[in-house]
Amino acid sequence: MADHTAAIAGVYEHPTREAPDKSTAQLHGDVAVGALEDAGLTKGDVDSYFTAGRPGRVMAMVDYLGLQGLEYVDSTDVGGTSYVSHVGHAAAAIAEGKCEVALVTMAGRPRSRSGDGGPPSGPQADFEETYGIGTVNMYALAARRHMHEYGTTAEQLAEVRVAASEHAQYNEDAMFQDPVTVEDVVESRLVSDPLHLLDCCVVSDGGGAVVVVSPEVADDLDRDCVSVLGHGEAVKHHDAGDIDLTYTGAVESGPRAFEEAGITHDDVDYASIYDSFTITVVETLEDLGFCEKGEGGEFVEGGTLRAPDGELPFNTDGGGLCNNHPANRGGMPKIIETVRQLRGEANEEVQVPDAEIGLSHGTGGSLGTRMTSTTLVLGGDR
Amino acid sequence: MSDAGAGDLPSPDVSPTPETEKYWAAAAEGRLLVMRCADCDRFYHPPRARCPDCLSENTEWVEASGEGEIYAHSVTRQMGPPYHEATPYVVAYVELEEGPRMLTNVVTDDPEALSVGQSVEVVFHETDDGEYAIPRFRPV
Repeated sequence: MADHTAAIAGVYEHPTREAPDKSTAQLHGDVAVGALEDAGLTKGDVDSYFTAGRPGRVMAMVDYLGLQGLEYVDSTDVGGTSYVSHVGHAAAAIAEGKCEVALVTMAGRPRSRSGDGGPPSGPQADFEETYGIGTVNMYALAARRHMHEYGTTAEQLAEVRVAASEHAQYNEDAMFQDPVTVEDVVESRLVSDPLHLLDCCVVSDGGGAVVVVSPEVADDLDRDCVSVLGHGEAVKHHDAGDIDLTYTGAVESGPRAFEEAGITHDDVDYASIYDSFTITVVETLEDLGFCEKGEGGEFVEGGTLRAPDGELPFNTDGGGLCNNHPANRGGMPKIIETVRQLRGEANEEVQVPDAEIGLSHGTGGSLGTRMTSTTLVLGGDR
Repeated sequence: MSDAGAGDLPSPDVSPTPETEKYWAAAAEGRLLVMRCADCDRFYHPPRARCPDCLSENTEWVEASGEGEIYAHSVTRQMGPPYHEATPYVVAYVELEEGPRMLTNVVTDDPEALSVGQSVEVVFHETDDGEYAIPRFRPV
């Protein structure tokens, strides 16, 4: 396996959180340049391209960026975790010998350009949109049911935000840099019971990019590269009425990724966990095996998630809750911060000492209806 | 003051397909339909021609009792159009007596008093165009 293990050679998170004067395509261009520079590669080295979401089909972005002679493209769109999936798909394509230098870009401007709308409606639209569903109230249903079945409290959910905010204070690009308390969270206004305003992630403009390369290319680069050790995906859905809101697709994507990487959750030094809402993190931690099902609320109490000394330091950039959730798709920053940690390039105050195994976990779609979970295991051994 | 009572919620038009027209037409007559697979006895919702378990086309419409209980609910206090003037309103999964968990609204003057497991029954609200009706639920 080691011979074919692809590596992340470059990452770039756009520093903007509000971009009224740039187009979405322009942001893609910015992050493509940033990630290639980080890797020490050029546009001419890119032989495969991966993107999803706005502003257009993958062909339109290949054209816009002027990429030439591509041998492989992938526009898998599974919502916010699309880019986490892209890294897995790129690693597989590289292992198959289909390509050697894969560029993944994402960008969007939900703050500056309202009315971007969501994805096209599926055959379920009349049975869902008719009832005034939205992102927040669908995750609120999951929180309600988790609280009902397991006794999870609003204060426990708040601990997730508190930990993220403690980390964000060291990130000068973070949208919200002030630490908050449990009281701040539970006293913020209810958006959709039982979720408060501070249980919700930020809405930000911006984007990011990743460059995934073959082991041969990685060996020739001066830059520290991070191995893609394991990848797992799963789709979980309404199941024609049998939906259970208390778990996510991570129950399947996690074991798949861990098995491919040959690790268990005990080996994980740092985790980027998709945090569209605090409940997303609590359910995901349970599903990945960091605690038993139903014990996620207790698990996050007492500073478990805080870097650098907690049992499982998470989202040291401040996460989607405090730092960045560009284009309402938070998967890309989840990859980037894990790479920073494994390179030893996270902000000094939150750098996990000797971090060797990192997790990047993405969630796309909605816990309330249908979703995709993607788990990546990354290793800083190169 | 908006209070999520019946009549305060928007009832947007629906766009029935060949698979769903019977469901919406029955709702307009005050009947809630679910589907059942005659081969594997699975009850399911939303309707579709093939059974989501065994993919059989040997499926049939069954009139539901219209009774169920709240599986999960949320009082929504912030939403875009057409629901922006309806807040606070309740979005919920209701577990029908026949089994399927159905996304819907619970209409009530006291949304704070709702609880998981509470018994509810179906009500129907005519769509804006008068063609069909939207099944919702209210506490029994």
